[in-house]
Amino acid sequence: MTDKTISFTIDGIRVEAASGQSVIEACDAAGVYIPRLCHHPELPPSGNCRVCTCTINGRQSAACVTPATHGMVIENNTPRLTTDRRTLIEMLFVEGVHPCPYCVASGDCELQALGYRLGMTAPTESYLWPRRKLDATHPDIYLDHDRCILCSRCIRASRMEDGKSVFGFEGRGIAMRLNIDAEGGLGETQMAAIDKAARVCPVACIVIKRDSYRVPNGERRYDKSPIGADIEAKRLEPKP
Amino acid sequence: MRTVRAPAVDDILKEFGSDRTRLMDIVIAVQHRLGHVSGESVRALAIGLGIHPVEVEDMVSFYSFFDRDLHGRFRIRLSKTAISLIKGARAVASAFEDALGIAMGGTTPDGEFTLEWTSDIGMADQEPAALVNGVVLTALAPADVPHIVAALRQSDRDGALPSYPPHRVLGAALPNANVRPGLVKAGPLLSDLPERGAVIKAALAMTPEALIEQITSSKLRGRGGAGFPTGMKWRLTRRSKGDEHYVVCNADEGEPGTFKDRVLLSEYPDLVFDGMTVAGFALGSGQGLVYLRGEYAYLWDHLQEVLESRRKSGWLGKSIGGRDGFDFDIRIQLGAGAYICGEESSLLESLEGKRGAPRDRPPFPTERGYLGQPTAIDNVETFACAARIVEKGSAWFADQGTKLSTGTKLMSVAGDCTDPGVYEVPLGITVNELLDLVGGADAEFVQIGGPSGQSVAPKDFGRRIAYEDLSTGGSTMVFGRRRDVLEIALQFAEFFVDESCGWCAPCRIGTTQLKLAMEKVVAGRATRADIAGMEALSHTVMRMSRCGLGQMAPNPILSTMNNFPELYEARLREETFVPTVTLDQALREAVEVQGREPVAAAI
Repeated sequence: MTDKTISFTIDGIRVEAASGQSVIEACDAAGVYIPRLCHHPELPPSGNCRVCTCTINGRQSAACVTPATHGMVIENNTPRLTTDRRTLIEMLFVEGVHPCPYCVASGDCELQALGYRLGMTAPTESYLWPRRKLDATHPDIYLDHDRCILCSRCIRASRMEDGKSVFGFEGRGIAMRLNIDAEGGLGETQMAAIDKAARVCPVACIVIKRDSYRVPNGERRYDKSPIGADIEAKRLEPKP
Repeated sequence: MRTVRAPAVDDILKEFGSDRTRLMDIVIAVQHRLGHVSGESVRALAIGLGIHPVEVEDMVSFYSFFDRDLHGRFRIRLSKTAISLIKGARAVASAFEDALGIAMGGTTPDGEFTLEWTSDIGMADQEPAALVNGVVLTALAPADVPHIVAALRQSDRDGALPSYPPHRVLGAALPNANVRPGLVKAGPLLSDLPERGAVIKAALAMTPEALIEQITSSKLRGRGGAGFPTGMKWRLTRRSKGDEHYVVCNADEGEPGTFKDRVLLSEYPDLVFDGMTVAGFALGSGQGLVYLRGEYAYLWDHLQEVLESRRKSGWLGKSIGGRDGFDFDIRIQLGAGAYICGEESSLLESLEGKRGAPRDRPPFPTERGYLGQPTAIDNVETFACAARIVEKGSAWFADQGTKLSTGTKLMSVAGDCTDPGVYEVPLGITVNELLDLVGGADAEFVQIGGPSGQSVAPKDFGRRIAYEDLSTGGSTMVFGRRRDVLEIALQFAEFFVDESCGWCAPCRIGTTQLKLAMEKVVAGRATRADIAGMEALSHTVMRMSRCGLGQMAPNPILSTMNNFPELYEARLREETFVPTVTLDQALREAVEVQGREPVAAAI
């Protein structure tokens, strides 16, 4: 156990943090949920989605890449931040192709779950209808690029955890895409279904074949409780 | 057909010591010697550098000036900016299309020419302008085009690729390959220039701490527009611990409408190198780097000659000015067409051979910058100012300008004015006073600070160019009464779509959504609800984006909405809802598949 040497407040709640922790790590541990999409607790942060942006000491900063410092005053659950985050989720919906009712990830999808949590009904922005190829070259995994939200989780997991660098980015701006370390598709890479990179996708871009309906719709993670509820439960539990 | 040979890639790798951090130079060499960066080259680079091909592709695919596919041997890139368009760039584009028999974006069947648009190339004072394999062509008229095409067909008859950075030989052979000197009005900064060595002698008469104190008391602030106090930046960098300290000159002058760094580098390079060298002395740094935008590759030979002559005369290299232990050299790193690399943390990423995505801060470059070491990054003009402050003292500098904005500022002025060019003016000058100087009395509005700056309407022409009022890197675009303000705002919105790095969602998607919304306005199809939506989206993009690009990208829309509400009103539709996608557009794909138009009665 590290010494909790730092403390700050978020929406008036006092949170203790260890030196070196990011704001989001400290808040997760303390049971305060900050909505996020690209952040994954087992991967280094990269600040792609900006959903976890909070007002920290009066400035807009992403909680996943901001080190916790003593005396910080953070606003998280405010109407304006909720609106901004909902707009971000809407933008990600229209950038790709996300038909929740018949998507394999429905109920397990973090994008969908955040849409619900933040009160999104239907996107108000223009659909961009990208044309991206589906990659089914791998025997155990398929890649549905239309679902990709460029969160970089698989890139980080493959590089840092699996030591394989199967994924990378390609292009820039609105043309940016997830790229594979082989010209012939995922099947030519060292990727395996047990890799970390295969298990961190927040949407239905990286999908394990023959496994999609093991848990039926209606009984999945976010069918049962909203995203973030597990984190918030920590604060509500009585302290031992 | 030229084929790619891996041996060529191996030679290039050897040239740069197979150093992963020199990937920019390596890929620039591959691009220009082999014509593109093929899959085979990517694999050879990855093997040679001991990294994955996906990492090479990540970097290569980011920059506009690198190609994965073979394009024309001559690459004609016409500058598409709000200024070039009012100066007739479209007519020049048509002339090229006619002369080459291809459309913009196309390549001739013989593989000789590729024709395309590019973002601002730093020639706003002499538009329409173009880059041909790095050679700058200026003041183009449609009548020039056949001569240019003929001259290109004549050159390099053996079919070899022209060298890059371009040698003067190719430039001399082309019509319009002449960049006019840009300085119109010099002030104290650019008058009575010191002899070579005088600035360094003055620095050596001080301690590094005293030099930093002198910069601090001059109240010099960053000339790129952000206005960070230079003295404080140098002090922080000096104080940070590291194996090496770096001095980086940001010469990635990409803000559309600005070209004052081009003028400084082409006409006053010694002043800039003096500033970098005294910074090296102050910070205890041995290495300076100039990140020169790819569009300014034509300055390469000239700048290398200046550096070489400084080395020969002892003002660069070992024991500078005869002082034992004062070793400092400067390397020029060429960019490759990415506006975002003018943002300091993206610039560092690019300098390290990676895609130019901004870094999250903290840590700041003063602590961990280039290669993780303490780094002071300053604008070209900031170094020129620092050199003069060291030479003439802080009081000389602080006497000019305002209390919060000392000194003079180089303003790049272009557009609807009689005398475009660079003007050195005291900070605190009003927009009106500047317009009088440049012959722009007829202005309908002035865009200060480029697309990411402010659209200033006549009612605000009394405002001042200063950090406390209109803070700017110097780009000043003057637009006369006959210009379509909303078209210009749309052009700016397109610029941000092209230049967003894509790393973060709000900027990547938001810039595209804002462009689509603005297109609807310009097309006269927007409703009041669309305007409200565009405004709300603008604020979200500003609040949520990772770096200054996204945070500033909505500025042209918001400031034209603010200053010219009547122009928006005039194009609004009364209905509560007008679809973004028309029925025609919705049916287009089906029409193409079926090969026939729908029967009118059926719909």
